[in-house]
Amino acid sequence: MRFSALRILKEGLTGNRGWTPHWRSPEPKSEYDIIIVGGGGHGLATAYYLARTHGLTNIAVLEKGYIGGGNVGRNTTIVRANYNLPGNSEFYSHALKLWEGLSEDLNYNVMHSQRGVINLFHSDGQRDYAVRRANSMIIQGDDAIVLDKAGVRKMLPYLDHDNARFPIYGGLYHPRGGTARHDAVAWGFARGADMRGVDLIQNCEVTGIDIEHGRVTGVQTTRGPIRAKKIGLATAGRSGQTAAMAGLRLPIESSILQAFVTEGLKPVIDNVVTFGMGHFYISQSDKGGLVFGGDLDFYASYAARGNLPMMEHVMEAGMALMPMIGKAKLLRSWGGIMDMTPDGSPIIDFSPVGGLYLNCGWCYGGFKATPGSGHTFAHLIATDTPHPAAARLRLDRFATGHGLMDEEGTGSQHNLH
Amino acid sequence: MRIPCPICGPRDSREFTYRGAALDRPAPDAGADAWEDYVHLRDNPAGPTLDLWYHHAGCASWLKVSRNTVTHEITGAVLAGAEDKA
Ligand SMILES: Cc1cc2nc3c(=O)[nH]c(=O)nc-3n(C[C@H](O)[C@H](O)[C@H](O)COP(=O)(O)OP(=O)(O)OC[C@H]3O[C@@H](n4cnc5c(N)ncnc54)[C@H](O)[C@@H]3O)c2cc1C
Ligand SMILES: [Zn+2]
Repeated sequence: MRFSALRILKEGLTGNRGWTPHWRSPEPKSEYDIIIVGGGGHGLATAYYLARTHGLTNIAVLEKGYIGGGNVGRNTTIVRANYNLPGNSEFYSHALKLWEGLSEDLNYNVMHSQRGVINLFHSDGQRDYAVRRANSMIIQGDDAIVLDKAGVRKMLPYLDHDNARFPIYGGLYHPRGGTARHDAVAWGFARGADMRGVDLIQNCEVTGIDIEHGRVTGVQTTRGPIRAKKIGLATAGRSGQTAAMAGLRLPIESSILQAFVTEGLKPVIDNVVTFGMGHFYISQSDKGGLVFGGDLDFYASYAARGNLPMMEHVMEAGMALMPMIGKAKLLRSWGGIMDMTPDGSPIIDFSPVGGLYLNCGWCYGGFKATPGSGHTFAHLIATDTPHPAAARLRLDRFATGHGLMDEEGTGSQHNLH
Repeated sequence: MRIPCPICGPRDSREFTYRGAALDRPAPDAGADAWEDYVHLRDNPAGPTLDLWYHHAGCASWLKVSRNTVTHEITGAVLAGAEDKA
């Protein structure tokens, strides 16, 4: 079933009775060429690009819950390529280019909206850093504009510009940054993979990884054993646990990140605005809800809900930055479990076990990575060579100290990101 | 979350700074693998765990806290030994 304007018109006139399910619900086969564990954005995108780019279709995606029930359906949907360090810089640049053609490629509207991201700064030192980061972005071939005080005032008149503690000195503006509809990304990749013959198996938890002579041979699941010579783990938040099934310990601690949404309002916030000093960022969804969040609840957690201290902190920061939001009523809050690495950057790499590939450590920023992650992880699995755009996202950088990507410059240590 | 500080009694977790998993520090000459293990690699358990918290707004002690990462339940806290002081 292809989507088109004509089709929507026709369905609209005939009671919308012609739409069919977006993907099948097949029974698992006893063997596949490739198994992807985790039916989140990254797992689905990986399966999609394995089929689309490499012509491999004897693939199963095994998801313990339902498609889109993990972080891919829980994030605040920001998509950007404004990183500073080699490794992240070329990777997110690659991902953003894929985003820009994604709706057409998938024939599915992911509502990618390049409304611009503005990172505010509040001191001379931060301005210097913003200029450096803007230059890194431009050198990478992406777009960046450093706004001065007046520039921010003109674009974002509703901020408390003269805040006593954090007066706004300017902002790093990334016009190609923005948001996308998270559920549609999961559904679009799921449908695209399914259409090409990939089996999406939901309610199928992987409970063991079978290894013989140092190579994977298959997995144990709640729906029986399934054999495969290649297995890709894309189990954001649970990577420590799935890797442990193969006897591995990862440089990862799982933490909880919360997000919040208000009742629907008329359009007030046109862009994505981040207030790093307050650990606060915000955008407005197409339905009108203000979608915002902050930092992790700083402790290891597997509970997909957070605690009040971080909630209060985020609300306080929001009020400090834009007092107008104080009148909005909070509708919902939720949390998702994130893989935190010591340097706050991700891993797409071989594992020490033959045939087992790792896609993990996405910390709080993995939604924007989705097409790039799937594309490069598929390349790694299909060709057994790293994709150039992801070649620096290595597992061994912590052991060697080479190529750490500590964007925040706080040190490569577990409790600091 | 409330942490039962052995010195100050049960206190709001806002008074504490989280450090991470409570692990035994290897000997200085234990070798690169042991140190990689200690600094970076984690069991990352879903369930009971032991972690280090610093009572910055209280008695300034380091505590070893028994906590469940799935339920956020805290079942106990003891003063960390000298070897755990960071
Ligand atoms: C509140 C919040 C806000 C965020 N905001 C942003 C943002 O604005 N921009 C951004 O770029 N990123 C953001 N992120 C991060 C982003 O959501 C994640 O990094 C990304 O979604 C992770 O990849 P994924 O989509 O594959 O994860 P998931 O959707 O979590 O996929 C992993 C899947 O693996 C499955 N799984 C786990 N274990 C097993 C098993 N044993 N067997 C079978 N299946 C298993 C899970 O059920 C899950 O469905 C945010 C995250 C949160 C929680
Ligand atoms: Zn105390």
